[in-house]
Amino acid sequence: MLYAILCYDHEDIVTSWTKEEDDAVLAKLAVVKDELASQGRLGPTARLMPTTSAMTIRKGKEPVVLDGPFAETKEALLGFYVVECATLEDALQVGKDLAKASSSPGAYEIRPLRLFMKGTAGGSVE
Amino acid sequence: MNDVIDSAWMDRALRGARPRALAALLRYFRELDVAEEAFQEACLQALTKWPLQGPPRDPAAWLILVGRNSAIDSVRRRSKHVELVEVAEDHDRAAQLDDAPYRDDILRLLFICCHPELPATEQIALALRLVCGLSVEQIARAFVVGDAAMEQRITRAKKRVSSSDVAFETPGAPERASRLAAVAAILYLMFNEGYAAHARAILCDEAIRLARLLLRLFSDEPGIMGLLALMLLQHARSAARLDPDGEIVLLEDQDRSKWDAAMIAEGLATLDKALRHRRPDTYQVQAAIAALHARAARAADTDWSEIERLYARLEQLAPSPVVTLNRAVAVSKVRGPAEALAIVEPLAPALDGYFYFHGLRGALLLQLRRDAEARASFDRAIARASTAAEAAHIRTQLDRLQRGA
Repeated sequence: MLYAILCYDHEDIVTSWTKEEDDAVLAKLAVVKDELASQGRLGPTARLMPTTSAMTIRKGKEPVVLDGPFAETKEALLGFYVVECATLEDALQVGKDLAKASSSPGAYEIRPLRLFMKGTAGGSVE
Repeated sequence: MNDVIDSAWMDRALRGARPRALAALLRYFRELDVAEEAFQEACLQALTKWPLQGPPRDPAAWLILVGRNSAIDSVRRRSKHVELVEVAEDHDRAAQLDDAPYRDDILRLLFICCHPELPATEQIALALRLVCGLSVEQIARAFVVGDAAMEQRITRAKKRVSSSDVAFETPGAPERASRLAAVAAILYLMFNEGYAAHARAILCDEAIRLARLLLRLFSDEPGIMGLLALMLLQHARSAARLDPDGEIVLLEDQDRSKWDAAMIAEGLATLDKALRHRRPDTYQVQAAIAALHARAARAADTDWSEIERLYARLEQLAPSPVVTLNRAVAVSKVRGPAEALAIVEPLAPALDGYFYFHGLRGALLLQLRRDAEARASFDRAIARASTAAEAAHIRTQLDRLQRGA
């Protein structure tokens, strides 16, 4: 079974770390990651940019593009995509295309990645 | 002590929670002194309780509740006539506190610091002390003054703003927009103060932190997006801006591998969001210019014709001879020195005291092989140089002149 592990924290605290503090945390995380990677168990990992760079597409008859992160707590995170896009508009277009796939309400949050590592675990799971 | 909570985390958490907590306490008590005292008291309690109980889910809400209770207690002790308000101190209630108005609370707190009668540096110092929670010593160091002098300045500034009558009602859209504009201006000033010298880099960090905070609160404001993007894109170059002797390295001479790639990426992403609104302002246009520099892997790859267009736009938005001078630099790269010189010459009366004016004029004249005039311009530039690096830069041009002669 593949598991996604999602990281949550107080953004104002994390973004106020100095470069040295940030590096120190990443180094500690790397110990865990390296162990997993050596066992062939580590899949893709990503670090998102701050929520100030986020946009949200609200599903509906016509998807609505909003500034800012997805903020509803009533809806749950169901999954994610990592897509190569040349511009923000491209990313928003992909989000809109996805939004048309089902008529249920909900949203797609568009978050630029600060860091992305492909990893080796898995292959595809159907 | 709970090993999850180290003192560095504590410090970050309290500083991170400060703007929201202090701003909310100010809304309750309407007096800066009372709000600050309440916040201090809450922090003291946090320092003893959090390590035992574990950190609260929402540190700001916890501090607001505890601060409010302690201030009400102390008001009660002072006066028997105060209407009693019962507030339970528990984490659940803290989590339920309605925080809908808090974005206006924080904006108000920042806006109070922008008191028009205070000089800009005191507005900045006050915001650093009140909103960012920097110590007087840290602020004094950033402004290169003694601790006692800074303490005095901040106390005076606080007294001055306490007597201002900023409305505590939720502001309407126009009032909110004008507060945002005033706050954006002071944040950019804070950033520029920090940009001027390496020892003051903390001011850049704090300005960026506050801009991020504002953008989280006002997520659809292109003005704040542009401002944040501008600061990120400029700050990303900070490791390359100074040589080992602390002298400024010109943009075209900077080692671009020292630029902070993550910060540039975030700046570009934030600028992209701002551009979608099609409401360019000076921050956004300057951010777009900084973005073009950031995107150029080498100085020679810079898209000067787009930069020329953006400086022309900036001239429309905020006409100034310095902006025109910058446009002339772009013109010289795109269409050559003669056209650029034609733009530069009329600026002489306005910019005679300005190092860069004479430096650019000299460089253009040199390219046009008007050597004697170029030399005169370089001499004037050296006389107006404020750093050794500026003077050295001109001297290399003069050397080239000698060799060519």
